[in-house]
Amino acid sequence: MTLTELKPGDEGIVMGISGGRGMMRKLESLGIRIGVKIKKISSQLMGGPVIVQVGNTRVAIGYGMAHRILIRPVG
Amino acid sequence: MRKILLVGNPNVGKSVIFSRLTGVYVIASNYPGTTVEYTKGYMHLGDEKIEIIDVPGTYSLDPTSKAEEVAVKMITETEGILIDIIDATNLERNLNLALQLIKLKRPMIIVLNLWDEAGHIGIEIDKNRLELILGIPVVSTCGITGEGIRELVKRIPEAKVSDFEYEKDERWGKIGEIVTKVQKVRHRHHTFLERLGDATIHPLTGIPIAILILLLIFFIIRRIGEGLISYLFDPIFENLWAPLISSLSRSIGPSIFHDILIGKLIEGRIDFVESLGLLTTGLYVPIAMVLPYVFAFYLVLSILEDSGYLPRLGVLVDTIMHRFGIHGLAIVPMLLGLGCNVPGALATRVLETRRERFIAATMMAIAVPCMAQIAMIFGLVGRYGPKALFFVFFSLFVVWLILGILLKTLIRGESPEIFVEIPPYRLPYLKAILTKVEMRIISFLFEAVPWVLIGVIIVNILYVSGVISFLGTILAPLITGLLGLPPEAVAALIIGFLRKDVAVGMLSPLGLSESQLIVASVVLTMYFPCAATFTILLRELGIRDMCRSALIMIITALTIGTILNLIFTVF
Repeated sequence: MTLTELKPGDEGIVMGISGGRGMMRKLESLGIRIGVKIKKISSQLMGGPVIVQVGNTRVAIGYGMAHRILIRPVG
Repeated sequence: MRKILLVGNPNVGKSVIFSRLTGVYVIASNYPGTTVEYTKGYMHLGDEKIEIIDVPGTYSLDPTSKAEEVAVKMITETEGILIDIIDATNLERNLNLALQLIKLKRPMIIVLNLWDEAGHIGIEIDKNRLELILGIPVVSTCGITGEGIRELVKRIPEAKVSDFEYEKDERWGKIGEIVTKVQKVRHRHHTFLERLGDATIHPLTGIPIAILILLLIFFIIRRIGEGLISYLFDPIFENLWAPLISSLSRSIGPSIFHDILIGKLIEGRIDFVESLGLLTTGLYVPIAMVLPYVFAFYLVLSILEDSGYLPRLGVLVDTIMHRFGIHGLAIVPMLLGLGCNVPGALATRVLETRRERFIAATMMAIAVPCMAQIAMIFGLVGRYGPKALFFVFFSLFVVWLILGILLKTLIRGESPEIFVEIPPYRLPYLKAILTKVEMRIISFLFEAVPWVLIGVIIVNILYVSGVISFLGTILAPLITGLLGLPPEAVAALIIGFLRKDVAVGMLSPLGLSESQLIVASVVLTMYFPCAATFTILLRELGIRDMCRSALIMIITALTIGTILNLIFTVF
């Protein structure tokens, strides 16, 4: 599933990112890359940003970007 | 002279450490991207004077925004020691930049800042081991209290080129290895601040909280501002300054000096708003009418900035901002613009593309009045009660919304989505807040008062030389015909190029009706930025985009002014 489908409070492993090199680089700079475990904290109404926790960092990710992050839910 | 560059991820506390090392104050806040320009300062190490540069934060050496571009350019083009400041609570992510910096083969030191906070949340880092692995000095600090700064200064001479080698592709792997070796994390429960933090970003609770906070801010600013004016500044000016100036006025007698220093007497008395002299209006407007509100605004803004709330507000308003072709973080330049449009214009650098920066800067310059102007509108329009004030600010808000939607369709280019680190909530540190407010007040006084005084002199010259009445006649069709204002209002529009607060003040002697005052206040906000903002916008947007932006400003101001005038004439 994609990050937008993951329920707030649930955790998952990043399985893939369908985006160009620029987007990969951007996500990577805040520690979001394939194989990393992230926790979804919240989502906004009407296609607003998704907030995830990765390590000790919380990151707000635009809906479209979050939609292109593939997640395998865990636990 | 040897140089030291303070580098690191955004929001790790570089600016605080810079201030500690150099004694030069720079604004520091709790959100990524506070520093968008570099600052230079100096420190003494033994007999040697060293230049210290506070570089804007960047997550990697591949820049993704304008502020990061500036940072990377500075890092790669300036010779000197690199002090890489790392957020100890986020070791893994911060090591990404550290390892990229190591590849530059420059003398380096690593600072683990926010050391106390890392301890509180159960993170232990073996800094000696990290030092052994990377082969460069590693120091722990707490910038805000100054702990560890002495140790850092002592170890600056030990800065050296790291001998740590790795292949570019295996960087994250190496980082993982290092983190496992040096970091221990104890499990812990969520703190109260974290739970509160979550409530402010969930849409169901977050939006009501945001509205409540904004209303509260508005209320606090008005209360503090009005309180200071009626209990402190007005009594001082009325009881101490007025008698002094009156006797000065009598001893000078009617002359050109009298006109410039004291100005016109209104019904035989000094009127601090209308007299238009250097020692009367020139001092009263910036100090007794504007300063109280500027103080109140910056007090509240500084607390908001340091708490970490701003990026969260950005997330909440992101969906709305998308309608304008910008994203949620654009709320930062808008809020800063409410204080003064100059830092607002600079803060548009938190946005990535030219299109976004153009839209945000134009929206801010047109529809966001600065505190100096707001204070004067409170003073002048406020006499007619809250309904009149509401009309002014509601009109500006509607313009802001419509303009945003129009700009989105008119301006071509890319608008990437929001992607930002949400810092943890931190209890604002009182001393830091007070210093920040003090520095902002000082810079307000040094930047605003001279401009106000120059403005007052120019007004006098323009009146005496007849330029005002000349332009008034020429522009009468525009000003009277479209906007419904008397031709003399042209004086306020001219002075508005210099200072908006003086311009609003100049409406006072014109005897305008309530609706005319509302039209004039709205038009004065929108038609053009003041000189200081114009200079910064020109630099940030470039001459072509600035001309486009200015054209939009003038058209919007005339259109909205005419519409408002029509509404008032019809109803």
